[in-house]
Amino acid sequence: MRTGVDGLATSLAVLSTVLVVVPLVAIFAYLIYKGASSLNISFFTQIPKPEGELGGGMANAIVGSGVLLGLASLIGVPIGISGGIFLAEFGRGTKLANAVRFTADVLNGVPSIVMGIAVYALIVTPRMPFSALSGGVALGIMMIPTVTRTTEEMLLMVPHAVREAALALGVPNWRSVLSITVRTASPGIITGCMLAFARVAGETAPLIFTAFGNSNWSVALNQPISALPLEIYRYAISPYDDQHRQAWAAALVLVVLIVAAVSLVRFVTSRGTLKGAS
Amino acid sequence: MVFCALTIFGIVVLIATELVRSSHLTWARFGFRFFFSEFVNPDTKLPMYWDPVNGHFSALPFVFGTLVSSFLSLLLAVPLAIGLAVFLTEMCPRWLRGPLAFVTELLAAIPSVIYGLWAMFVLVPLLRDYVNPTLVKLLGWTGFFNDDNPTGLGFLAAGVILAIMILPIISSLTREVMNAVPGSQREAVLALGATRWEMIRVGVLRNARIGIVGAIILGLGRALGETMAVTMVIGNTPQIQRSLLASGASMASVIANEYAEAANDLHLSALTEIGLALFIVTIIVNALARLLVWAVTRGAPAQVH
Repeated sequence: MRTGVDGLATSLAVLSTVLVVVPLVAIFAYLIYKGASSLNISFFTQIPKPEGELGGGMANAIVGSGVLLGLASLIGVPIGISGGIFLAEFGRGTKLANAVRFTADVLNGVPSIVMGIAVYALIVTPRMPFSALSGGVALGIMMIPTVTRTTEEMLLMVPHAVREAALALGVPNWRSVLSITVRTASPGIITGCMLAFARVAGETAPLIFTAFGNSNWSVALNQPISALPLEIYRYAISPYDDQHRQAWAAALVLVVLIVAAVSLVRFVTSRGTLKGAS
Repeated sequence: MVFCALTIFGIVVLIATELVRSSHLTWARFGFRFFFSEFVNPDTKLPMYWDPVNGHFSALPFVFGTLVSSFLSLLLAVPLAIGLAVFLTEMCPRWLRGPLAFVTELLAAIPSVIYGLWAMFVLVPLLRDYVNPTLVKLLGWTGFFNDDNPTGLGFLAAGVILAIMILPIISSLTREVMNAVPGSQREAVLALGATRWEMIRVGVLRNARIGIVGAIILGLGRALGETMAVTMVIGNTPQIQRSLLASGASMASVIANEYAEAANDLHLSALTEIGLALFIVTIIVNALARLLVWAVTRGAPAQVH
């Protein structure tokens, strides 16, 4: 009887694992199948054709995503890294650091669409219509908590002996932090930034009413700009098969970018220069 | 550095003030009734909730849609997530653990819009052609499944795709709290002659239960605010129906659909107020979840992911 229950529980756990892995494999297989068959040169070199016409590409959306992510990184990376350094080095164990860490975690769970509304209310209405700048700000704000927390985690992985060695040479604390600890952890910090980058690269909801999308070439910061996830959404809900095809192609490009970043993070955290650190 | 750390508080304050500031029009006009009231359409005599042209706004159907799709997703995801976590921490052969953990991590990294794309073109046709007719045939008598919506878009589709999306979060946090249970607990229970399942149930799950509840609440927080995938499959009809196969709308989906082309200031502020409600609820839910998870893992060695 008891071994029967044990066997039942084991098989249920195995069954649920299978049920989790199946949809993932299904999503990936279908994405690669549909995306690879729809990708071609013009996807990367042309801008969208008017609705209903065959062909065209998403060159403007790729460039637009680049501009938005560049802006987002300009905001999110410096603030996030400094915040993480504070948490791990200067504020470690203080009440303030705990409060910041907690708020960062909570902020991570705030829906992206809410960020979009706040940025819309802050930037879009009073100053200018939908613009690349507002989209970049929305994405940048979303990067901050992730970058802060990963930077902190990476810094905590640096062995204490390294810090002690620096301090024993008579180096002031700030110098030791900046040129020894942060430097040792830098591969980890960079990949942490890439992780945040990959996350916001796929964000769609806040861009709908900040960056808005644009079917022409535009890199101007005060004009609406196109982005890959926005185009995926717009094309997915359109009635045309050819646009569905391009949505799958764009989805494949986006997922390859994201999976590469996530794999890199995993590679560095598991066997990078920080091995043996506690 | 301190300044940068403080920006995080600044962001929270900024979001809150901006949302309150630009939703005051709706607040002044409807107050709390915004979340409960319904209007009667003079022509059809049917209840009506959302009429931007005539200035009638009630968030009731959106609150309903968010709650139904989120709880449906929890119902589907929680058993699977715990099963997966148990398998990964207690049963899995070592060589399989890394790849499986990586695979679930990847699930968490796929953007919402791509889940939505997949759901629109694979999941919804599957539900429409096979699952929904079966459910209607078997469970139609309960009233929760009826077949007057032929599109396949609706609460069930939203619940299933949400379940797939929140699974990795619940599962990885559950794994973290289960790992935080000291090995001596397991050994003690095994020493009493327990089978492996009894060891997991008594020694691990019981000790980790607070953290697991935290993980589930965190998943709930994610499900409540999830936007793109839900918007693409829920059907976007502001109505309250008993049937899970009916189409509906959620708080996030109505914002995504209407914000960029709001009819007037009142419409815009009504949508902002829905966003504010979402903000407050997710802040509370996430704070609660973090506290519960921390309560369990605090003593455990720090881990990266």
